[in-house]
Amino acid sequence: MSGFAREVGALSAFRLESCIHCGICADACHFYIATEDPQYTPIWKVEPFKQAYKRESSPFAPLIRLLGLKREVTADQLEQWQHLLFDSCNMCGRCSLICPMGIDVAALIEQARHAMFEAGLAPKELYQKAAHQKLTGQPEPSAEPYSAQLIAIGERFGVDIPLDKPEAEVMLCVPRTDIEHYPAAVAALARVMKHLGVSCTFRSDGLVAENYGYYAGGKDWQREISRRLIDQAIACNAKTLLVPECGHAYAALRWEAADLYGKPLPFRVLQVTEYLAEQLQQGRLRLAAAAAGATTFQDPCESVRKGGINHAPRTLMKAMGIDLHEMKNHGGFSFCCGGGGGVIDIERAAPLRYRTMENKLREIDDTGAQTFVTSCSDCRRTFDDAQAHFNWQKKPQSLLELVANNLTGAGNTE
Amino acid sequence: MDLLGFARGPALKVALAIFCLGVAWRIAGFALLRIRRDLNKPRASPAKFLTEGLIAVGTRSWPHPEFIGRTGAGEALGYSYHLGLFALVLLFGPHIAFLGSLFGITWPGLPSSLITVISVLTLALFLAVLFRRVTNPVMRMLSNFDDYFSWFITMLVLGTGLAATAHIGAPYQTLLALHILSFDALLVWFPFGKLMHAFYIFPSRAINGALLARKGATS
Repeated sequence: MSGFAREVGALSAFRLESCIHCGICADACHFYIATEDPQYTPIWKVEPFKQAYKRESSPFAPLIRLLGLKREVTADQLEQWQHLLFDSCNMCGRCSLICPMGIDVAALIEQARHAMFEAGLAPKELYQKAAHQKLTGQPEPSAEPYSAQLIAIGERFGVDIPLDKPEAEVMLCVPRTDIEHYPAAVAALARVMKHLGVSCTFRSDGLVAENYGYYAGGKDWQREISRRLIDQAIACNAKTLLVPECGHAYAALRWEAADLYGKPLPFRVLQVTEYLAEQLQQGRLRLAAAAAGATTFQDPCESVRKGGINHAPRTLMKAMGIDLHEMKNHGGFSFCCGGGGGVIDIERAAPLRYRTMENKLREIDDTGAQTFVTSCSDCRRTFDDAQAHFNWQKKPQSLLELVANNLTGAGNTE
Repeated sequence: MDLLGFARGPALKVALAIFCLGVAWRIAGFALLRIRRDLNKPRASPAKFLTEGLIAVGTRSWPHPEFIGRTGAGEALGYSYHLGLFALVLLFGPHIAFLGSLFGITWPGLPSSLITVISVLTLALFLAVLFRRVTNPVMRMLSNFDDYFSWFITMLVLGTGLAATAHIGAPYQTLLALHILSFDALLVWFPFGKLMHAFYIFPSRAINGALLARKGATS
């Protein structure tokens, strides 16, 4: 922990210094709202790190140590906090919107996850997936390499999958969640890109969009995992690295990769919905009216609240004439699906996750919408899991697939 | 030298020196740590995100509509006693005279009767704040010595000030000396505890607001 304290920069130190213990952040967190258990107060989740900072490197640290005002953080304490930092935090950033001091609590939690990883306390599911992805590029072993699975998906859906082209304007990547659970989304991406007539390619050596290093808190691993994609984008002279419907992949590539890489990226990083909204505005993407009926949209936290892509999904839905019924908390203030931050992968977290999801499912039901759309495959997976658990009737659809199913005219190709 | 002379003479000077040095040390202690340059391409222009940062100073003064139902009452309570304190510190004649001796400017104050009413209200709000801190499970869990001692020392200044103006419990000179001594103690404690939020609140809102705006994130 002294290592953590020494590495705290000015910004994090300022955030730690600024907390006035008002506890208001609890009222933004769905884990607290669902349970009313004070331990789920977001700023409490970084308490040992606040303690370590004050004791080891704050301006009055020598005085604090001399007078014994803050105890040393123990291994037992950190082990207890594993549940709070990983199982009961989606890193969704809603708490960062409520703090009267303006503290970005989610940023502190992300930093605390780094320290937990360094202490060997990342949950085993996230650690193992991150380790495997760092070594092989895939979070988990598969019978067939993902590149072969992509080709098989193309054959199944009757669409060409551009793979390993030496040059391309746009480099594509894919959530392994889509390969395993939502292959139609992979085909949809290929169909939309073909409609746009843009030169694009997947690259076998940089296929997977997810970054389990980001979830597990392993900064070096996160760097290595991002680097695969960066190197491949550079190798094919891509002008744009297109991040698919995967919220945290967008966060890791758009808002953290350059820092870890050590220099600005020589290409744009765009999430697929913002790319498609851009193409729509430029007249390249042509959409027909979708027969979706009353529809509601689940805002993925990482791309909407934390990533700034609030308008793009709504622009696309408007272009398809979708009758959008917003949830009570939507846009930047939406509640997380409950699976973000790697929580969906942590088995022991499931009972708590289901408890927090009840409010979200209620909000969705209250819209009266028949169709339920999102633009994050982890959100989809979380809701699909909820569907089975709660015997809930709605099935989340992919916005990308909705776009692909409503392409009209020649696009840019003919 | 009598107690009053000590309180507003050497004690005040020492307290002010500790306050100034302590505040400077505490701010420099983290501000001089490394600042990592963000190499990720911003979504907004520097002018835009700096403006958004300044806007956040104002917008964070009150919860977003999505949160008001859960936090409005607590925040209203918090702001109310702060407003009471500001009124007492800045608009009470003797305080204006004291601040005038430090900064060389004065301004009109409020009548004593109104100040007494504000003092009593602020005192009541202060007690309500403490009650909330010890009864609200989240606040109770987060609270430590700093929270209670900062409350106590501010309450001491408020209470002795009210007693002095109302001439309750002891001769005026003694009460005034106790009031100034408690203020001296507050100045000494200020840099070490959470009272520092007075210096942090606006920069914190502005910096974090600007950083969120840089990404186009909700702020």
